[in-house]
Amino acid sequence: MTQLATTASVPAYVLRLADDALILAQRLGEWSAHAPELEEDVALTNIALDLLGHARMLLSYAGELLGGRTEDDLAFLRDEREFVNCQLVERPNGDFAATVARQLFFAAYQCELYAALGESADATLAAIADRAVKEVSYHRDHAVQWTLRLGDGTPESHRRMQAGVDGLWPYTSELFESDDLLLALVAAGVAVDPVALRPAWSGFLGPVLAEATLTVPETTWAPSGGRRGLHTEDFGLLLAEMQHLHRSHPGASW
Amino acid sequence: MIVDWEAEFQRTIDADSRIEPRDHMPESYRATLIRQIAQHAHSEIIGMQPEGNWITRAPSLKRKAILMAKVQDEAGHGLYLYSAAETLGVSRDQLIELLHTGRQKYSSIFNYPTLTWADIGAVGWLVDGAAICNQVPLCRCSYGPYARGMVRICKEESFHQRQGFEILRVLSAGTAAQHAMAQDAVDRWWWPAIMMFGPTDDESTHSQQSMTWGIKRFSNDELRQRFIDMTVPQADALDLTLPDPALRWNDERGHYDFGPIDWAEFWQVVNGDGPCNRQRLAQRVAAHVEGAWVRDAATAYAAKRADPGAGQAGSSTAAA
Ligand SMILES: [Fe+2]
Ligand SMILES: [Fe+2]
Repeated sequence: MTQLATTASVPAYVLRLADDALILAQRLGEWSAHAPELEEDVALTNIALDLLGHARMLLSYAGELLGGRTEDDLAFLRDEREFVNCQLVERPNGDFAATVARQLFFAAYQCELYAALGESADATLAAIADRAVKEVSYHRDHAVQWTLRLGDGTPESHRRMQAGVDGLWPYTSELFESDDLLLALVAAGVAVDPVALRPAWSGFLGPVLAEATLTVPETTWAPSGGRRGLHTEDFGLLLAEMQHLHRSHPGASW
Repeated sequence: MIVDWEAEFQRTIDADSRIEPRDHMPESYRATLIRQIAQHAHSEIIGMQPEGNWITRAPSLKRKAILMAKVQDEAGHGLYLYSAAETLGVSRDQLIELLHTGRQKYSSIFNYPTLTWADIGAVGWLVDGAAICNQVPLCRCSYGPYARGMVRICKEESFHQRQGFEILRVLSAGTAAQHAMAQDAVDRWWWPAIMMFGPTDDESTHSQQSMTWGIKRFSNDELRQRFIDMTVPQADALDLTLPDPALRWNDERGHYDFGPIDWAEFWQVVNGDGPCNRQRLAQRVAAHVEGAWVRDAATAYAAKRADPGAGQAGSSTAAA
């Protein structure tokens, strides 16, 4: 029974990981030629490329488990309600500070996640996680450096960085939610229990935010639903842009 | 001992050796190089716009990854070239200011829009292809830092050209709509690509001096002909038509003949009235202006680190 549930739910889990990486790569791709300096154009594109690389490995694996679906089928032919990324990664870029806050929260989460997933009983996932963890730790360093500079830079940069933290903080609680699918896969040794990642995540972020002279907002609002295909209004527009060309030529090769 | 440095400079050039940043060089040589390297650097970063335009819409994840990597390469090319220019005694900020105020130019080709996905193929194949013809000889340019930068850049440009060709190859062999998209893109990019080599030799103002100084190795018309000769067979391989009815092999010359270039269009775009001149510059300036607070923050943060007493006391050591 557990074995059957697990077999059916592995691709659903892999899609969550894949969609997080894909949608964040898509958002970061919007920065191209708009970054505050040339070095950041290079850095943000680098991060987007890493994430896109992880997304492609994960989508290909999910497609294989689902039976003959390609990475492109999954990226371009699913509708809004079929995407299971967290809402944090789909949030619009905002200013550079908001992008940095999103990167900080998410990369810190991915570092803990992939480090733990390296021990997964699913050998393919473990191998992908092992490879990805090195890259996301660079993403986290990059975000930390900018969080410090902006938080403790000028009054304007401090104000903007604090606003970025305030605006995105509520979306972080979804990262640490569990559900039946996760419980079954954690029991089978395939998935990482997100609840267990939170202490290390908070332990990492606390000193960074303090050094950056930033505070965590008091809020009771904890938007959620991404893992069940419930997204923000901005997400439909992101998909429309990403998918329109592919869908305009059904069956074509590129 | 008195060294006649002007004679030494000319001897270095004539021996096909490299001039290095610390060597004496005539002011006009320095000014010519600064103008050319800066224009080249500006072209790399403005060129990110028409291609970046399709990153979010690329039709497959593989194409998206390749396009992102290409646009990132162009940013890297901009960085090396600004560094090469800095060895001549100007800062990147000064050059960016000259670009933003319209006192230095970038390649006019980027003032055309990328309207469909096939344009990304055409830009890679034709624009990067033309850039390679222009740039390969610069790997032997008399100024060392520029020549060395170009060696690295040219390697990446040939990957850019191949990925563009590959995009068009797949489209051309694809559905009827894809083939039509590819043909339309080639129809729009062919002549602007031909114009990338600049005015004809008798009209070109800076060419002769640059040849004498070993900055330029071949004339505009020679490079243009080389590009056309290289590209026509590739168009055949792609099963796409180049929009020039006069294009045909001339056995006597050993080259392809081609039809008249619309120099009125060339000058119109160079002088600011192309389809995207205003848009490209406005986006570049906007990214710079909107990023000012970020750069200021980095500077302020670095200054506080260097002299902790200068900032708000204690803020940077709170978590130590
Ligand atoms: Fe380039
Ligand atoms: Fe290029």
